[in-house]
Amino acid sequence: MIDRSELVSSESSAAPRARAGQAALELERVSRRSPGFYQRAWRIFRRNRVSMVALGVVILIIAFVLGADLVSEYITGYDYRRGELGEQFKPPFTDGHILGTDANGRDVLTRLAYGGRVSLLIAGLASLTIVVVGGGVGAVAGFFGGPVDAVAMRLVDVLLSIPSLPLLILFASLYRPGPVGLAFILAAVGWTGVARLVRGEVLSLRERDFVDAARVLGASNARIITRHIFPNVIPIIVVWVSLAIPGFILTEAALSFLGLGVKVPTPSWGNMLQGARDYYTRSWTNVFIPGFMIYITVLAISLVGKGLRDALDPRLNE
Amino acid sequence: MIAFIIRRVLVMVPILFGITFLTFAIVNLVPGSPVDSLKLNPRTRPEDIERIKRNLGLDRPWHERYFVWLSGAVRGDFGISLSNNTPVLDRLLGVLPNTLLLTGAALVTALLISVPLGVLSAVKHNTAFDHAVTVLATAIASIPSFWLALLLILLFATQFPAWGLPGLPVNGMRDLRGDSGLFDRLEHMVLPVASLALVQIAGWTRFIRSSMLETIRQDFVRTAYAKGLPRRIVLYVHAFRNALLPLVTLVGLAIPELFGGAYLIEQIFAWNGAGRLTFQAAQSNDYPLIMGATLMFAVLTMVGNLLADILYAVLDPRIRYD
Repeated sequence: MIDRSELVSSESSAAPRARAGQAALELERVSRRSPGFYQRAWRIFRRNRVSMVALGVVILIIAFVLGADLVSEYITGYDYRRGELGEQFKPPFTDGHILGTDANGRDVLTRLAYGGRVSLLIAGLASLTIVVVGGGVGAVAGFFGGPVDAVAMRLVDVLLSIPSLPLLILFASLYRPGPVGLAFILAAVGWTGVARLVRGEVLSLRERDFVDAARVLGASNARIITRHIFPNVIPIIVVWVSLAIPGFILTEAALSFLGLGVKVPTPSWGNMLQGARDYYTRSWTNVFIPGFMIYITVLAISLVGKGLRDALDPRLNE
Repeated sequence: MIAFIIRRVLVMVPILFGITFLTFAIVNLVPGSPVDSLKLNPRTRPEDIERIKRNLGLDRPWHERYFVWLSGAVRGDFGISLSNNTPVLDRLLGVLPNTLLLTGAALVTALLISVPLGVLSAVKHNTAFDHAVTVLATAIASIPSFWLALLLILLFATQFPAWGLPGLPVNGMRDLRGDSGLFDRLEHMVLPVASLALVQIAGWTRFIRSSMLETIRQDFVRTAYAKGLPRRIVLYVHAFRNALLPLVTLVGLAIPELFGGAYLIEQIFAWNGAGRLTFQAAQSNDYPLIMGATLMFAVLTMVGNLLADILYAVLDPRIRYD
């Protein structure tokens, strides 16, 4: 890759550099003629002001939860595990507790950062897993068709016929998983959507000329799937995942809220809500704050997802 | 059409087998069994536990038990609930009406609000009203329903009485002390139904808006204008009816979502429904009850989708299933 910005800026400097500047302009012109797919997508995305703001919010939230140790060390000065029983239900902005304290006298802002880390990591891990499993099953089913396809799609039908929350409750209450296990359980129930999507896309892609061309050149099935079909499926997977992550965050929160997800003392936004629920008459901020974080995160990620869909879905760009 | 229905019902049979098999495997392959809680009592003798296990049929391998369960289920016998010795079917049928009441009321409420909002928003396309509806719908669609329920409780059950306003009840389906008339029952429904309906309202309003926008661009709408029909008739009779068609599918797809939502809402508001019962069953390793409840939810979901497909064909003569 040539760093174009540097070449372009050199154009304005002294005369001997003029030729280099000319070359740079030429390069700029040539490359502008056919911007890459993702470059064009980024241009479309950038124009969408709502999605850009949402992206900023998402980045802030991620920084906040990944920097939980820093928040605890420098901003609040409290440990997320330790509470003072005499300090219960402090309202926000008292005694250095920026967002107050919970039923065990623990600092809410600190727990919010650590809890968010758990919630977001679970959603991220679950998304990664459904991409691998769902994408893999969908690609194989769509590419090979026949009995493989039939078996895989019947399995998808079965899983789609069970409302997912009951199934998750069943899994979670029988297996009592930790955070990582919870991510895999979410993925185990949620991979069917991706599988169906990828299968449909692969079904239409495998009939295209470039696949025939690759086959004529002697490419193996594995090579065709990974090198020719997979890159074409990435955009829809990206869009789907960005729209699925909010769902995972919500479901994890719901399960933790029911006491089936992340177990105390590990904080998560869902179990912070659960803890606050019994004492809602004592402190409304404890109920409001974790739910609000879930809400803002889910909203911001879905708005980014919508921007991505507009930018990456070729059917809308025509 | 008849052939289509028969084929769809026939397809449901293997799917139902799949669901029961999968659930049975999930439930039985975990460590832990319904008799585990008996071991907590040190006075229970091991041979008693063995005897109870044998009586319940739990000493046999799980695939064998699956066929025992299946042969009963096919004949309408779903076994006995382990937690209170009542037939599973009775327990489920006892709470199903409550869940249907809750989800049904939420469905109707959501439709009654989202359809007019969506249509008006499309008719007044690009006005302040339209923008307000779109922004609100986007903002509301992401609210977690259980958080919304807690906020509603905070506002209507604790703040309203504190301000001297009449509060709303948040526990159960009726007042257990009073004579609990119709008004009392309705009062108990307000908050759970609102929590369940609001997110659907947001989603459906957006959907109906875009469906209506698409419809008013079609040729038959221009024709209707061209033959001199008033705008009101064209929009609210010709376009409206066609814009609503895709909603049928959407409502069908929302059924599992509503049941899922009811799980949480029933839990929060102590609503004696099927979701709450299943939750308790899962908590107490009540295998037969878990199996029955999962099967029931699956059947309800599939029947809902089938009804949506049939209704779609009935309403839209362009659709032919054959």
